[in-house]
Amino acid sequence: MKYSESISMAFSNIFSSKMRTFLTMIGIIIGIVSVIVIVGLGSAMEDYIEQSFESMGADTLTVAIFGRGNTSKTVSDEDMYAIVADNSEYLHELSPNISCSSTLKIGNEIVSSTITGVSEQYFSIKDYTMSSGRNLTFADMEYRSNVAVIGEYINQTYFGGAGVGQTIKIDGNAFEVIGIKTADTTTPTEGSADDTVFIPYTTASRMAQTPMSSYIVSIQNEEKINESEVVIEDALYEIFSDDSSYSIINMSAMIDEMQSMVGVLIFVLTAIAGISLLVGGIGIMNIMLVSVTERTKEIGIRKSLGAKEKYIMRQFIIEASTTSALGGIIGIVVGVGLCTVATTIVERFMGEGISVAPSLDAMLISFLISSGIGILFGYIPAKKASLLNPIDALKYD
Amino acid sequence: MKPLLEFKDIRKTYEMGDTIVHALDGVSFQICEGEFVAIVGQSGSGKSTCMNIIGCLDIQTSGDYILNERDVSLMKKDELAEFRNKSLGFIFQQYNLLPKLSVLENVCVPLMYAGVSKKERNTIAKEKLESVGLEHKLKNKPKQLSGGQQQRVSIARALAVSPSVLLADEPTGALDSKTGEDVLELLKNIHKNGNTVILITHDNEIAYQAQRVIRLEDGIIVFDGNAQDYKKYRVVIS
Repeated sequence: MKYSESISMAFSNIFSSKMRTFLTMIGIIIGIVSVIVIVGLGSAMEDYIEQSFESMGADTLTVAIFGRGNTSKTVSDEDMYAIVADNSEYLHELSPNISCSSTLKIGNEIVSSTITGVSEQYFSIKDYTMSSGRNLTFADMEYRSNVAVIGEYINQTYFGGAGVGQTIKIDGNAFEVIGIKTADTTTPTEGSADDTVFIPYTTASRMAQTPMSSYIVSIQNEEKINESEVVIEDALYEIFSDDSSYSIINMSAMIDEMQSMVGVLIFVLTAIAGISLLVGGIGIMNIMLVSVTERTKEIGIRKSLGAKEKYIMRQFIIEASTTSALGGIIGIVVGVGLCTVATTIVERFMGEGISVAPSLDAMLISFLISSGIGILFGYIPAKKASLLNPIDALKYD
Repeated sequence: MKPLLEFKDIRKTYEMGDTIVHALDGVSFQICEGEFVAIVGQSGSGKSTCMNIIGCLDIQTSGDYILNERDVSLMKKDELAEFRNKSLGFIFQQYNLLPKLSVLENVCVPLMYAGVSKKERNTIAKEKLESVGLEHKLKNKPKQLSGGQQQRVSIARALAVSPSVLLADEPTGALDSKTGEDVLELLKNIHKNGNTVILITHDNEIAYQAQRVIRLEDGIIVFDGNAQDYKKYRVVIS
């Protein structure tokens, strides 16, 4: 007797009681759907983390200087520029970064936009571009010019898109708007980088009357971010002889850490979803046991007609594994469908580029597991069926 | 003539609680190829046990059962299955057709277990169904057929693998007398075509239709001879 015949026999049995088959499969379906959706959501979460951190700069290091108690030992802007210049094989560009709590007025209106003091290299470090006007220049830093580059949100909201050449007031000082930063998204939002006023750090420092305490450094090679971090670390330690006087934030390392945390989370959730696969498998075993009892007479007849034990066994195992494999396929289809729906929803709320992608691995593995479960849990009922004594089975009603 | 099957002092005991029941208590006979034998007896006489052992569905407690020159008691389970498949054709009182399969598919089942290809199976099954006059019911489910028709399907199924022995267990038991007679007639024809037929029945009237009658009472043979002699024997007994 051929396997193909066992399979076609199993199929005709499965389809002769569709409702029961479906109810048997439902545990497997739910299990597979949850595994696929959870893995999909996990990858979306990883995407989201990567994206949001990347906008903060995965190829940049942020250096914060706290100073060393009351001693006057500190790091000047010149020192920082020197560190970057001395290590040009690792480090690329530098911008001090100072947030001003100054009052911003546009016309007579007080505006809550962020004011940040940066160098002329800041835009290149951040990969920002200008949509109109010019960027800050080295001369602006030298002369502590009262000039500003504004984000598209401010430009749209207060100047109707014609901000270049207009004047804004920061702490009562008039600043000329010299350029507009290109919007990050098609619809610039309040509170984002598009709602920021960029002024020369020298000007900002003078207004705030504090030395610079935060720097952003871009690196030459993203692969060597950790080495680059060490280079700065060494240089700063040489100055302070104390590693609590400064701190270097490595976004890339943070992303890695976050992602591995998400990975663990997803693993745990998947394992929980996996339990429902197990429960589904037990459901299949239950139904198969019932089916063996119900079909005792049929087994007896088949045996009297010459079915060997292995044929009976094969018939039941194939039936169980086909049922669960079919459940697996339905689960994959539904799971992929749900992922597509989830992608639409996620994109609406969290922006484009984040997709709840059902991973091929998850699909393949869950399909294999679901078929495996059928074989595993179909074995006991199949064994029971094959060992039935033909006369007893024939007499059974 | 060489015997096709032979019982040598076959005994079969069952334990029913504390008591031991001797269903067959030393039964010996030979059946040759081409015979038409009725094994007759009241319920509890051991005829069903006898048929189960002939049909390789059950194994005797002691004694030898030789079928086609092979000792059945020495066979493994798979060999028994193969033997049931190739050497024996069963006809049951309750027909025992598989309800989900069509008439044609039912007749194909033993051929499938015999490893016959699907195409060939269908050809043979159609041929056998034609021989019992059911060629127009191939696609029907057993339930859509009358009792007599269902029994004819089971006869076609039994004949499908061209077995050495056709074993009919009360084949007319569930049928009215007219259809019962038709089925018997069919069995007689099958016998005439050279097949060995063993008929198990409690009904003497049916037993008379066979060539040879073996009567069992309480697990032993009380009569073994031709049907005419059996009639005389019955007259004497009563």
